[in-house]
Amino acid sequence: METKNQKQRILPAGEFNVFLKALHEAGYETIGPTLQDRAIVYDKISSTSDLPVGWSDEQSAGFYRVYRTESPLLFDYNVGPHSWKKYLHLPNLLLWKAKTNGGGFSFIEDDKSVGKQAFLGVRACEVAAIRKQDKIFLESEFIDSAYKKRRENTFIIAVNCTKAGANCFCTSMNTGPYAHSGFDLALTEIIDGNRHFFFVEIGSATAEIVMNKMPELELASRHDSTLVQNNMREVSYAMGKSIETTDIQRLFYDNYDSNIWEEIANRCMNCANCTMVCPTCFCTTVEDVTNLTGTEAERWRRWDSCFTMDFSYIHGGSVRPSGSNRFRHWITHKFATWHDQFDESGCVGCGRCITWCPVGIDVTKEIKSLQKSKATV
Amino acid sequence: MSNLNGNPMLPQSFRIERIKNETDDTFTVELQPSKNVMDLSFHAGQFNMLYIYGVGEIPISISGDPCSQDSLVHTTRVVGTVTKAMRKLRVGDLVGVRGPFGNPWPVEEAKGKDVVLIAGGIGLAPIRPVVNYIIANRHAFKNVVMLYGTRTPKDILYPREIKLWEKKHRIHTFVTVDRAIGNWDGNVGVVTKLVARAPFDPQNALAMACGPEVMMRFTVRELQKRGIVDENIYVSTERNMKCGIGHCGHCQFGSEFVCKDGPVFRYDKIAHLFDVWEV
Ligand SMILES: Cc1cc2nc3c(=O)[nH]c(=O)nc-3n(C[C@H](O)[C@H](O)[C@H](O)COP(=O)(O)OP(=O)(O)OC[C@H]3O[C@@H](n4cnc5c(N)ncnc54)[C@H](O)[C@@H]3O)c2cc1C
Ligand code: SF4
Ligand code: SF4
Ligand code: FES
Repeated sequence: METKNQKQRILPAGEFNVFLKALHEAGYETIGPTLQDRAIVYDKISSTSDLPVGWSDEQSAGFYRVYRTESPLLFDYNVGPHSWKKYLHLPNLLLWKAKTNGGGFSFIEDDKSVGKQAFLGVRACEVAAIRKQDKIFLESEFIDSAYKKRRENTFIIAVNCTKAGANCFCTSMNTGPYAHSGFDLALTEIIDGNRHFFFVEIGSATAEIVMNKMPELELASRHDSTLVQNNMREVSYAMGKSIETTDIQRLFYDNYDSNIWEEIANRCMNCANCTMVCPTCFCTTVEDVTNLTGTEAERWRRWDSCFTMDFSYIHGGSVRPSGSNRFRHWITHKFATWHDQFDESGCVGCGRCITWCPVGIDVTKEIKSLQKSKATV
Repeated sequence: MSNLNGNPMLPQSFRIERIKNETDDTFTVELQPSKNVMDLSFHAGQFNMLYIYGVGEIPISISGDPCSQDSLVHTTRVVGTVTKAMRKLRVGDLVGVRGPFGNPWPVEEAKGKDVVLIAGGIGLAPIRPVVNYIIANRHAFKNVVMLYGTRTPKDILYPREIKLWEKKHRIHTFVTVDRAIGNWDGNVGVVTKLVARAPFDPQNALAMACGPEVMMRFTVRELQKRGIVDENIYVSTERNMKCGIGHCGHCQFGSEFVCKDGPVFRYDKIAHLFDVWEV
């Protein structure tokens, strides 16, 4: 007789709302993909009818479009312009307030309580991106308390990609398409004959608690698990893009002086889109505001980008005044210096920077050009 | 002093106890915790993030004596928005403080050796704690040389102390100015020129330099000419900083976060970056 893995279950697609209800009962607000302004973006969802069922997306360098499908699939698309960092590493965060009192002032920590949130539809590359931000904000010398609060209250439901995006290269970056760990639950959506179901993998004790809030799910069979493996293999083969990562750090360190940077600067508009959509980019600036009477001051932290002139300003001027070197800084950080800082790449291969670049600059192509230019010297 | 284990982005309020004008554009403040008693210890070379109410927050080195920590001392040169606002504060006013941050000067490693200190302009502020440390442990160090350059004689920081360093504490001090005015009869020229004839044994010396990046480039070259190896040269670097804790990304210098891997670096570890334009 076949011995079945207790942690692999089958959720019929028709019962997805029961699953969402179980999450709500466990106290989670559910956030997932929704269709808004012709893009698939993350927002609060309450039932499957909020998901972009019957929609898919098409992407290429500098291009994104959603289109209608006849498919009953709930997750038949790849990543859009949003990433989960907007819920963990907030785009705008009030760090603290200061209030004047009798000649002085005192600091008040903005200690808003954070509710429990469940991220639904976290792609494997996004699970990896969250882990990368964990390393920065939770596992380095200092802890970001705002991030920590949110992260501890977050339940991650990964959804493995059952189709590859045209700008995706997670296989090269070793982050997908299949999520091996880092989730509470992982789902793979399968249509097999007339069965439409989710292959569910239970990845944490918290997930068991949620699962106990709904009728017990049947155990997955070996056949089901083979379907998942085959599907993941197909997606890997169909991956839209790839890069060769051997010696990639050296590639950048040997090419600080390359004229490729000037050439890219002729195309790049320094718009900073790539850094805003990137799920791992973490840079922030701060802004001080006071009320009209000056009795209250606030310090806000906001997402920032290394593409701005102010970013590296020190008295006398910017450290990187030229666009070419700002682009060089960004891509070198992603693919080379991040390794020195955090022992891994800063890129998860999600392709967002390629899709959302208004002039279609493609990091995989630029890396190939660098590799080629190096091979010819 | 730190609350750094709680929320490292939340400042503590400190009261200004004293303000001293050092030069036309540079002043020193002495700070005391406004409420609780706090541990004010720091290592020479570390800095604090100072917040001026409603205006902004900037990195400023601690320039006091690391061996007598009864107040926090900061020497600041007025250059722009925040430093100007700070200059307007009076005794009794509050500032926010986060820190201390950063990797310090290698004062322990320098024991038993000659020490060469090279400072340009406001760069003397972060070096002064090293001098204080040496004075408190003078027997532990061999020859100590201080090379200090400013724009004009009017810009010399801590002039009275400098005299004592020479007279009382056997610190060979050489001051040079870019432009002589008044009755200046000392050295004229860039500070890097003093390296060539400074009295130290390159085989057994540690050098520590702080000043504008160009000055440090030339300083390193001169030190190398004297035969000091890169492993024995330390430099302090400057970058834009918004957090001080390795989270905001602004201070990156190649792979290094200047706020936590620096500001003091052993030169051989960053030599490759010194040659890269706009890194
Ligand atoms: C580790 C470290 C230690 C320092 N120690 C001292 C010191 O002991 N004494 C001293 O006078 N100065 C020191 N500085 C330089 C000091 O931080 C700047 O002069 C100050 O930030 C200028 O702020 P501002 O608003 O007056 O200038 P503005 O020109 O108006 O600058 C606007 C903003 O740019 C940033 N910025 C500008 N110049 C610098 C700079 N040189 N370094 C970093 N950020 C900058 C700040 O965020 C500043 O608020 C140090 C810098 C660093 C990085
Ligand atoms: S660099 Fe581009 S492909 Fe890599 S993680 Fe960021 S947005 Fe995705
Ligand atoms: S999205 Fe494209 S144009 Fe905009 S900053 Fe990034 S590379 Fe440059
Ligand atoms: S100052 Fe923010 S990372 Fe160094």
